[in-house]
Amino acid sequence: MRFDIYDFTSFTQDIDRLLQENLTPFWATVAELTIVGVVILAFYALVGLFLVYAERKVCAFMQNRLGPNRVGPFGIFQTIADLIKLLMKELIPIKHADKILFNLAPFIVIIASFMAIAAIPFARGLHAIDLNIGVFYVFAVSSMGVIGILLAGWSSNNKYSLIGAMRSGAMVVSYELSVGLSLLSIVIFAGTMQLSGIVESQADGWWIFKGHIPAFIAFLLFITASTAETNRGPFDLAEAESELTAGFHTEYSGIRFAFFFLAEYMNMFIVASIAVTIFLGGWMPLQFGGLEGFNTVMAYIPPLVWFFLKVAFVIYLMMWFKWTFPRLRIDQILTLEWKYLLPLSLINTVLIALVVLLGWHF
Amino acid sequence: MSSEALVLFFIVGTVLVGGAILFSWYAAPRSYNPVKFEPYECGIEVNSSAWIQFNVGYYLFAIIYLIFDVETVFIFPWAVVMKEIGMRAFIEILIFFFVLVLGLIYAWKKGALKWV
Repeated sequence: MRFDIYDFTSFTQDIDRLLQENLTPFWATVAELTIVGVVILAFYALVGLFLVYAERKVCAFMQNRLGPNRVGPFGIFQTIADLIKLLMKELIPIKHADKILFNLAPFIVIIASFMAIAAIPFARGLHAIDLNIGVFYVFAVSSMGVIGILLAGWSSNNKYSLIGAMRSGAMVVSYELSVGLSLLSIVIFAGTMQLSGIVESQADGWWIFKGHIPAFIAFLLFITASTAETNRGPFDLAEAESELTAGFHTEYSGIRFAFFFLAEYMNMFIVASIAVTIFLGGWMPLQFGGLEGFNTVMAYIPPLVWFFLKVAFVIYLMMWFKWTFPRLRIDQILTLEWKYLLPLSLINTVLIALVVLLGWHF
Repeated sequence: MSSEALVLFFIVGTVLVGGAILFSWYAAPRSYNPVKFEPYECGIEVNSSAWIQFNVGYYLFAIIYLIFDVETVFIFPWAVVMKEIGMRAFIEILIFFFVLVLGLIYAWKKGALKWV
């Protein structure tokens, strides 16, 4: 079995062959699924825990505080302590709630984020599933989480929750369009919806550089719209704590609350991964034409490191937004989308089609 | 791995949430208090149910969204083949967008995009 840090294709194929040789086809598939399931579960938990810690540290940094620093060195075990605390908290059943929907909501939110992670390519040959309609699939699945939020808000039988959930619905309904159109613009460049294909098309330069100004505008549109879609500040009206207590998850306690919290961070990770895959070259290293030495050094850094560094950068951008901008009002949010971002993304899509038509991109 | 991975991810998500809730259900302490299970409302007694007629202020936005989202689904296949077909696809999308923008302008002028 060869383990190559630059190309996982042979590695995964070797594991597949090993299992197929030693087991019957059915059990080989089961074993494969178990391995992938355990890996994904561990990865999901790890990323979630790390992002919560990172957010608290970044927030502290922005506000000139220290942040968590008691549990473990630099407080790195703080989120694990929080997790244990939340697991040991009582799950309060609300008296007049719609019990089934109330219990179903965390499942939907988490499953939607799991399904979206399935399609993301982390490195060459390292993805759970490589759909030929990858962009479309991620676009569809990642917006399913809002159903969970709507259910949570409605079933709680709490006025704050209801208003929070409705706002969340309004925002996702609006910003979905800009997200779709900005993703679409890179599909025009790449000519494929397969996520690994889009990454491969960026071997000689990322689309954000290759696509000139329209691609950069599309990137900005995507970041803005997807920040709104993940319900993060300055668009965090669904859980605006100063007016709605905790918004849609007011009535959720203990580990159920933790899942909403986790889903928010995982959605952020998914959005950042999509932004990286589509605009920032995925696992491809930074390359400039004519700088041979620089390119060699950059290509030496493993693709996984590149991928996670870029994801960290995009997530940092989103955290920066949250801790810098004041929260918008609901009518301002809807105006921003329908009167500014949507016309802009329509024009931008036409512009990109024109750029592709005239061959102005590299 | 092919499409069975989707089922796998569904199951993993269910197991994660279900397992944690089940664990918490047994591990967490429980106490009873008559007012504890009321929905939260500033700490005062709950006035009435939240399931009342409620002015959904973005009702019109949702309808316009429905139109635009279906359009987005139509544009996706176009985006894939845009490079191959070239000029003809570009003119077609211009016509398509023209109709679409006409609808947006109509809604805008009618005041559907105003928060009420």
